[in-house]
Amino acid sequence: MYEGVIQDLIDELGRLPGVGPKGAQRIAFYLLAADPEDVRRLASTLVEVTERVRFCRTCGNVAEQEECRICRDPRRELSVICVVEEPKDVAAVEKMREYRGRYHVLGGAISPIEGVGPEDLRIKELMVRLADGTVTELILAMDPNLEGEATATYLARLVKPMGLRVTRPASGLPVGGDLEYADEITLGRAFEGRRLLDV
Amino acid sequence: MHLTRLALTDFRSYATADLHLEPGVTSFTGANGQGKTNLVEAVGYVATLASHRVATDAPLVRSGADRAIVRAGVTSAERACLVEIEINPARANRARLNRAPVQRPRQILGTLRAVLFAPEDLSLVKGDPGERRRYIDDLLVQSAPRYAGVRSDYDRVVRQRTALLKSARSRPPGNRPMLGALEAWDEQLVRIGAELMAGRLELVGALRPLAVKSYATVSGDECAVEITYRPALRDKAEPGCDRDQLEASLREALIEARGAEIDRGVCLIGPHRDELELRIGQLPARGYASHGESWSLALALRLAGYELLRSAGEDPVLLLDDVFAELDGQRRERLATMAAAAEQVLVTAAVPADLPAGLGAARFDVADGVITRAR
Repeated sequence: MYEGVIQDLIDELGRLPGVGPKGAQRIAFYLLAADPEDVRRLASTLVEVTERVRFCRTCGNVAEQEECRICRDPRRELSVICVVEEPKDVAAVEKMREYRGRYHVLGGAISPIEGVGPEDLRIKELMVRLADGTVTELILAMDPNLEGEATATYLARLVKPMGLRVTRPASGLPVGGDLEYADEITLGRAFEGRRLLDV
Repeated sequence: MHLTRLALTDFRSYATADLHLEPGVTSFTGANGQGKTNLVEAVGYVATLASHRVATDAPLVRSGADRAIVRAGVTSAERACLVEIEINPARANRARLNRAPVQRPRQILGTLRAVLFAPEDLSLVKGDPGERRRYIDDLLVQSAPRYAGVRSDYDRVVRQRTALLKSARSRPPGNRPMLGALEAWDEQLVRIGAELMAGRLELVGALRPLAVKSYATVSGDECAVEITYRPALRDKAEPGCDRDQLEASLREALIEARGAEIDRGVCLIGPHRDELELRIGQLPARGYASHGESWSLALALRLAGYELLRSAGEDPVLLLDDVFAELDGQRRERLATMAAAAEQVLVTAAVPADLPAGLGAARFDVADGVITRAR
């Protein structure tokens, strides 16, 4: 245990994801030794982030205004929505630089164990966006795990009466990797989902 | 494959032990409580990373020591390997393969393949259905590692769905969003459940003739033993392995059970409720079979598993803990003949007289944690 405020700092840092007690201690002492100007800049950025950043009223992505950069961009197609779990997934899909549609961030996935049901996700907001018939395709890009699959199934059933094209990204072996490096479980499941090569 | 060496440090009753082993039958004899089973348990641990006797690792470490080390030299058709496992009850276990550390101990699985039969296995016949499901699933994972993923996914689906059903009970009836989420989880249960069931059905199909043969060997009784996979579906017949059909039956059963599942707040349908039915003659083994019959059937199931793994690749090592004492003279001889055909068998017995004369075994005496080669 350290004295007063140092221990407070260590405790605060230790609450961050991916930071353990040792790491928190290391960061705290790094900050103590660092240039006070740098530390002040970090502190003001933290304050700024909490004050300025909010969530886009349309898609739920992080934004600095009422709407996020993507929703405001007139060049983005209005006919396609890619549904993802978290804002960081938007960033991941954007890296591809090929997707020209818009997004909808659910804020998680259905997980009864954690008490997250459909009513806790931004599904109502999605239904409102789909209501006027502009959107013709929905890409369900939830994580390829059980909770993601269940959420995708739930949404697909919900929008079925609307007659949209509903798609889900393929999963299996990583492209560009070596077959030999895939573990036996991934490889076994990729073989299960093999597709016919029609030539 | 066979073990060439087994070395223990602070494992169970052993401060240190170092044994050189050969193919064929090796027996360990000694009075009760001298440490025979501990040797078999150590070999089983290298093969499965779990003990057949206890669920946690702490009892495996000699009292007073802070970690145990098991080293096993394994020679297979492909190569010779040295597997080392450090068992730390307080921290993560570590493993090395040929002196090189592996990232996760799991990666050494498959280096040594073994089938172990111990007196505890009587619960395969007399115990709950869960024991028999674990028996099939363990074999399934050993023959196709993909099922490790299927199995853990399925467990998670059941946990998620149960949590949902429990929360549904506390809500007013006619809550539509809840029902919609339940249907989404139904679909996961159907998809992964059917995959698991198809695997189990195929495995039981392959196991059936082997179990019949093994039972005849062990019991000398031509009285037919039957093993049948019985899903917790309305239909009492054993279904085929077709995934689409299984999915359809599961989906149908879930709709029928909907009311009961919500009332009770548990998942009533799916492979986690299925049963491997064992019959001797016309009667179900559980509740009807005598002690001797149950015992023979449990041994027959393990031997069938051994034959199954053997037919798919290299001979696993066969570990028989304290089996001969339970068998009469004729049965001992028959089991000894079968054991003699295996690449390597490790046998334990309290007294040498329990071992059949025809076993031609290399013999070790075990007394108070000291192992000496008998002449």
